[in-house]
Amino acid sequence: MIKSTEEKLNVAGAELVMVKAGSGKPLLILHDELGYPGWMAWNETLAHERTLLIPLQPAYGKTPKIDWVRSYRDLAGFYSQALREMKLDPIDVIAFSAGGFIAAEMLAADPRIFSKAVLVAPMGIKPEQGEIYDIFPITIRTHLRATVADPFKAPEFTKLYGGEMTPEQFEAFEDARAEAARIGWEPYMHNPSLPHLLRGTKTPTLLLWGTADHVVPRGCIDAYKKAIPDAQIAIINDVGHRPEIENSAEFERVVNKFLAA
Amino acid sequence: MKLGYFTERPVRWVPEEVILKNGAHFAVSNSYFDRERASEDYNYYIDENLYAEELGFDIVALNEHHGNPFCMGSVMNVEAGILARLTKKAHILLIGNPLPVLKHPLRMAEELAEIDLISKGRLITGWVRGAGSEQFFNNANPAYNREYFEEAHDFIIQAWTRPGPWRYEGKHFHYRHVNPWALPYQKPHPQMWIPGTLSPETIRWCAEKGHPYFGLGTALPATCDMWDLYADEALKHGYEAGSENFGYLLPTFVAETDEKAQQLGQGFLFGGGQNTFSRVEHTLPPGYNSKEAIQKLAKQPQGSWLGISGEKMRGQVEEVEIDPVKIRQKLLPGYERAQKNLQFMIGSPKTVIPKMKAILTTLRPGSLIVFNVQGPVSNQDRQTSMRLIAQEVMPALKEHADSIGLVDAITKIPGTTKARAGVKRNPVADRGLLKELGMA
Repeated sequence: MIKSTEEKLNVAGAELVMVKAGSGKPLLILHDELGYPGWMAWNETLAHERTLLIPLQPAYGKTPKIDWVRSYRDLAGFYSQALREMKLDPIDVIAFSAGGFIAAEMLAADPRIFSKAVLVAPMGIKPEQGEIYDIFPITIRTHLRATVADPFKAPEFTKLYGGEMTPEQFEAFEDARAEAARIGWEPYMHNPSLPHLLRGTKTPTLLLWGTADHVVPRGCIDAYKKAIPDAQIAIINDVGHRPEIENSAEFERVVNKFLAA
Repeated sequence: MKLGYFTERPVRWVPEEVILKNGAHFAVSNSYFDRERASEDYNYYIDENLYAEELGFDIVALNEHHGNPFCMGSVMNVEAGILARLTKKAHILLIGNPLPVLKHPLRMAEELAEIDLISKGRLITGWVRGAGSEQFFNNANPAYNREYFEEAHDFIIQAWTRPGPWRYEGKHFHYRHVNPWALPYQKPHPQMWIPGTLSPETIRWCAEKGHPYFGLGTALPATCDMWDLYADEALKHGYEAGSENFGYLLPTFVAETDEKAQQLGQGFLFGGGQNTFSRVEHTLPPGYNSKEAIQKLAKQPQGSWLGISGEKMRGQVEEVEIDPVKIRQKLLPGYERAQKNLQFMIGSPKTVIPKMKAILTTLRPGSLIVFNVQGPVSNQDRQTSMRLIAQEVMPALKEHADSIGLVDAITKIPGTTKARAGVKRNPVADRGLLKELGMA
């Protein structure tokens, strides 16, 4: 297994913990609203060819909270500054769910920050149809269950989240939920100006979505496509909000094809 | 000592099964709302508070909750305004306005000033953070709950005391023109009594501000510990805490006989009682509690904390049994245990007097508020309880309070006893009876 390291960086005026692994051209990964779940099969595959850079979101346990960050747009600004300071821009990105929201805000502010963007079931734009699942008035267990179409057919899901929740896991989830609420409570996990500011973005963008996603509806993908007409759409059948877990082979195939093109 | 009267103004027409099936009071559909019964009871509860004053209660206390049939008080300032006009001498205690969820402290300052003016200075205002469920109902970001609370509190005091107009640019609140033309009758402003369930953060904050703290039917031993925390913190702020800094709210139902009181007192269990105020997912919204509290909860999987066990919070136990008879049977041991622990006071006057005296001796509160029964208990039975408390229990309690030197915050302004260098502070609780009561 490829070894990953955790580095504490001082960047963009704050402390940022970054998970680093692999070798090759840098690839930024923005985790979802529940936090970095740990090393996964698809990470292992990609890390053979790319250097994965996974910032651990401020206030998610390891990177300290940044008080002035009060919205996903603020957080996007912080990450953009960090990338520029580290001279990593432009960089390819794979961003999940609320991480997709962050990446989209970064794109909207500066389309040149990314060379290619993969947005996996991104939040951030109010869907024209359907609603982004409200993850705050539910327990963590209900939330986790809602992220996959069938937990029993996803061994990696069981490995990551199965069994008794430890006090450390519980605390990490509560940290994640608290911070997601703090910066995404209202408007709920979207920014009304985002689609307008994304208009005309030419950055190659892939919108990836699973047909059994109960968290982010298809309407979000349609809304993104409307804002970024050049974006490609990839659909993976019968998987939920975590295609990288439920069908990692197909996920890797689609993502690799897009990044290699 | 002051004795007060409180009722949640329970909704008495929703079938219990509906609440049980919902798993909680919060989020019961308002399709069950009955405007005729509601109209009748809003008026009745105003009258009931007037009756409390007539009986000699020193304080009438109001609260509010949102989105549930547990409490009819949705906008208690409206009721307080009416009572301000219709009562003559009772203090009107608000326990309390949920500052973080109301989001408009300038408006709050105006509303409360009007109530204080109409009552000619009988308002005692109080603040709460709002229950977890109320963050959802009012769409108030729970992760900013404590910041909203503290900023709104500080702003209201300024709005009441600093001549305007002035401009305010805070972190969460912004006002171009602060110059309210309704200012409190009391100077510098009405007292603020803070009710709670023993959050150490809130207790430290109360001690710092010198606001009396009210335990809401909290367990006696833990309450003693928190009283000590308050008193130790008070010393750091240069004063010595006494009974004037503390109050206690006690679910109480009295009838002519123990049997009748026991039967009707089960109204406290209606719909699952306090334990089913809201479902687990609505009780502790993300970010609502401090890191310290979450760590404590994480490490106590079998423990119960604010009525929610760590295990429940993790979502291991989400199925809700909906057989009312079975549920009642399951709740009864807790009802009996709560009586044994003196957290529910049920019985004839003869039965409750020594127990209530024991609470006064142990917690030494300057004010004691009795909380009338929940559930569909008739007006007559509710009033009988009030009358028996006022006529038979209150004199004995007041005499006892005088004999052990309990002074309330209205009589003695909290914070006026300066800390004495090198002298040990006076005790604020007396644990002597806890052992006898099997609680030590």
